[in-house]
This record gives sequence, C-alpha cells and structure tokens, in this order.
Amino acid sequence: MTYIVAENLVKQYQNGHAPVTAISDINFEIEAGELVAIMGESGAGKSTLLSIMGAMNAPTSGSLRVDDIDIYSLKQDQRADFRREFLGFVFQSFHLIPYLTVAENVMLPLATVKKSGREKQAMAEKALASVGLQGKSHRLPNQISGGEKERVAIARAIVNQPRVLLADEPTGNLDSKTTRDIMELLQRLNSEDMTIIMVTHSHECAGYTQRILQVYDGRLVDSG
Amino acid sequence: MENNISIFQERFNAMTLKEIALKNLVRRKSKAAFILAGLVIGVMTMVAVISLVEAMTSDINKKLEKYGANILVVPKTENLPLTYGGISLGGVSFEMEEIRQADLTRVGSIKNASNVAALGPIVLGVIQVNRHKALLAGVDFKASRILKPWWQVKGTLPGEDGVLLGGQAAQVMKLNIGDSLEIKDHKFIVSGILQSTGSQDDQMVFTRLSTAQSLLGKQGRVSMAEVAALCTDCPINEMVRQISEILPGAKVMAIQQVVKGRMETLAHFKKFSYGVSGIVLLIGSLVVLVTMMGSIRERTDEIGIFRAIGFRKSHVMRIVFIEAGVVSGLAGLLGYLGGIGAAKIAIRFFFESQTVSVPLDFKLAGSAFVLALIVGLVSSVYPALMAARLDPNEALRAL
Repeated sequence: MTYIVAENLVKQYQNGHAPVTAISDINFEIEAGELVAIMGESGAGKSTLLSIMGAMNAPTSGSLRVDDIDIYSLKQDQRADFRREFLGFVFQSFHLIPYLTVAENVMLPLATVKKSGREKQAMAEKALASVGLQGKSHRLPNQISGGEKERVAIARAIVNQPRVLLADEPTGNLDSKTTRDIMELLQRLNSEDMTIIMVTHSHECAGYTQRILQVYDGRLVDSG
Repeated sequence: MENNISIFQERFNAMTLKEIALKNLVRRKSKAAFILAGLVIGVMTMVAVISLVEAMTSDINKKLEKYGANILVVPKTENLPLTYGGISLGGVSFEMEEIRQADLTRVGSIKNASNVAALGPIVLGVIQVNRHKALLAGVDFKASRILKPWWQVKGTLPGEDGVLLGGQAAQVMKLNIGDSLEIKDHKFIVSGILQSTGSQDDQMVFTRLSTAQSLLGKQGRVSMAEVAALCTDCPINEMVRQISEILPGAKVMAIQQVVKGRMETLAHFKKFSYGVSGIVLLIGSLVVLVTMMGSIRERTDEIGIFRAIGFRKSHVMRIVFIEAGVVSGLAGLLGYLGGIGAAKIAIRFFFESQTVSVPLDFKLAGSAFVLALIVGLVSSVYPALMAARLDPNEALRAL
C-alpha cells in the first residue's frame, strides 16, 4: 500500500538575490512498512528532502502526501499535530535535552498529549525497553555513551508509536559495532510495521534497507 | 515489566509543559536569579513607597485628630463675618441668634457619634474690664483640652470665680495671675494666663460656661459649638450632614483648610513616589525582557526539537509563560516582604515618633503578587512570541 507520495518537489533558497535550488523535481512513492535509505553526497539535498518529509520545511512547489494527507496544505499547528502523531525523528547529533533525564527525554513528545502520568510512564518504559535501556532511565544524557544516546533518541522517536520514523544520519557519530546494533534495532522496528526513512552516507547502513533513493545535485537519480 | 514501571514511577514525574519549564529554571539558575532580582527590586520599591505613604497618611491623620476642632456649629445667620483661630469660620452674630445648649446633646445620637472626640459649647459676649472692652467666652475647659491642644496655660484653669486671660488681654489690662478684676459687679480672680497662640484667643477673657451664661444672661444658650471629630476613618462631610440634620436651626461647617493643605502635600509626595517606583518597575520589566530574550536565543536548539517533535507554537509560549509566571510570582512575594522590611527601616529616618508602624497588609501583598505577575508575563510576551516563531527546520539546521 502506497503510504508516502512525493510529486514534483522543488525547494529553492534565497542566497542574497540569487535563488539556490536545493532539490528539483523529485518524485517518489514509499510503501507502508518499507525501510528506505536516502543516499547522496554532501550538499546533494538529502537532509532538505528529509525535512520536507518531516513536515518542517515547505517545498517551493510540488506536494507531499502521507496517508493521503496533503501535508503542506495543513496549517502550522495542524502540521505540528501531524508530526506528533504520525512521525518520529532521530536527529543527526541525538539532540537530547541536557537537563532532562533519559526517561524525561523519552517522554518529551508526550508532554503535550492528554494522557495520564501513569500511561506516559508506561509508554516511555516500553520504548526504553525496546531499545534495551531500561536500567538507565534516571541518568542524564552526559552520563551515557554515544550508542546509548542514539538509543535514547530512537526511544524518544518511537514513544508515541508513530507510523513513520525519519532518521538523519543515525549512525554518523557511532563506532562500527554500535552502528550494527543500531541498524539491527531499526530493522527490528521496521519488522513491526514501522515505515523508516533514513538519510545516510554509509553503504554499510544502506545495506540494511530494502531500497535506496539516490540523490545527486538536488535530483533523484535512482529510486531503487 | 509491572515491577519496572513501579520503579519508574517512584523516580519520575510524568513529563508536562510545567515540568519542562521548572526544570529549565533550575538548570538556568543564574538567569532565573537575574530576572527574579530585577522584578524583586521593582516590586520592593513599589511596596516600600506605598507602605511609607500609608504610614505617613496614618500619622498625619492621627496628628489631625490632635489638632483640635474640625467642625463648627453656629446659629443660622448671614451677618458679621468672623475670623477665629486664623481660620475663616463664616458668620456668627453674638447678640441676635443662639443655639439652645440642650439641643447640642443630640450630637451624641448621630450615626457617627463614636467619631466625636469632644464637643465644646461656647457662649460669647462683650464685657468691660478696667475701662477696656473685651470679648468674654464661656467654655467647657474639659473639652478645651481636646479642642485646643495648643493652649499653654501659665497658672491654672479657672474655677467658679476665676478667669483665664489671653496673653494680650492680660498685657492690655495690666493683670497678672492672682490679681482680681470685676465683671458686671462680680469679682473674679485671674487663675491663669494663656501663652501667645497667635489667634484671637490672645485677646479674650475665658471663664466657665455656666459662669459666662449667668453673667451674660444667656442661661441654657450658647453662641457656637466646636466639635473635634476623629479623622482616620470618619467622613467629615458626612458628619456635618448628620449634625445639620439633628440641629436644623444651626449652620454646621467643616474646617477643611488645614486638612486639605496637608493632604495636598501628601498627594504631591504620593505622585512623585509612585512615579519613581513606576520607573524602577519599568526597568525591572526591561531586565525581564532582555534576559528572557537572551535565554530564548540560547535555547534555539531545544525549541527547535520541541517544535520538531510536535509542540505547537502555543505549547512553546506556554513554557515561556510558566517560567516567567513562577519567577514573577516568587518576585511578588519576596518583593512584598523586602518592601515591608525596607519601609520599616526607612521609617526610622522619616519619623521622629516611635508610634508610626508599617503593618503587614494582605491587600498590598496580593497587589504586589498580581503586579509582579502582570509585569513578568507582559515582559515575556515578546520573547515567547520570538520562541514560538522559531522555524524548527532553521533552528535545527543552525546547530
């Protein structure tokens, strides 16, 4: 079942008076439950594409539909609600909040959700258990390793059980052993019907995915 | 799993916007302390000034109570303007109209009777002493202690056959304490002489009310009456109305010049002080504004993450407002306590009297709290909008 449809996506930035095209005329479809890698050189437009898919960066033209919802026809608050309910984000440098504990970081997406404290705690505990971090709930981000931070970031991204997980270079700062662990974790989550789209430079990581979208100079040159 | 969850609950509260705001305040203690200090100083100044002004007003009111008569009761007449005690009192005609002394007892039955500190009937008449014409006043010397606290008597207050002479009268008549004088064939002894008051009292001869009434042939009648009303919580004009109602044949007037003069001075001081404390409060609000804006800039990444994971603009604004509200509320309480403390210290320099005090005022405490909240929250509107408008994509890309 086609879940994400991108049609003629164009994104231009203004650099002084000259417009700079970040991505140009990109079309693709992603099925529900797919694990897809977006690859390309630095500056190719991978992260721009991911941020458009993340409902955070309106394209200059074209449309993006997720679950038949035209994302950029939504108002800003509706887009925020969409991000909260449909998407999970794993950022390039973890982006954990330093003054919140591991558990509190994981519960962050639930802060605006109308659920009881007990329910929120149960959801966070479940997410932490699924990334193998039950025992470190009370630690602060600076008290855990890089691999553990990545796991916390993934736990935070999946705590509200989103349908799509977007990951920007999730293993960029990790050693090869931890990279393998994280990729196996993403594979496991994907096997539980979560659609995962990941930006990566690493062919090793791309090897764990089912399809690769190859971006070159802002254009999609291969959609697998 | 159940066991794990229970351990989890022991250690963590469910994450809410309030939790995020409070934890951020704890993390950025120095910034929170700076905002707190800015607001505390503003509120403290305001509370100290208001407390001082209130204490001064209360002190002036107490002094006015001691100042003497502030209501005059005279017969209704349109003749002979008369100046008394340096204050224009309107008109009274000695020979034509009088008030029945018995009628004055009705003053004790007015609604604000408890505010009447003293009632002093006076009978006036012209007499001749040693070829000098003088004004004889029959007064109630007991009431005079309250009505004329500025009187300083050399000698003693007169008994049945005694008189008290105004300083100038004694000089003109060449009489001293212990000398005798004759008024309408009655012999009197000078029991005391008034030290100069600067008023018409200096030229008068005083004796007991009953004695004067008998001498002047005005038994049971008085020429006028003075009333001392407590000023702190009594409406003078309302008391004038009440006395006028029970004494329809008399004209009742409030002596307001002195009160108004003092109150006007106090009003000017109030305006100046409120202006100064308003400026201090404004500076406090600017401190909040600038510090909050700095804090928002520092937290660009954090706000970007909030927005990326689905916080609405209003959620981000709420976090900023909760932070501002908590600090402002605390500033309101500390500012009130600090202001009261400062007023207590300052009062030692402003007042000689040890009786002036700065009481705890819950209304003022509530107002300080609300004022601090308003200033803190209003000053946070722009930083909150700035935070809410952060583009999550831009915020995260900037890292």
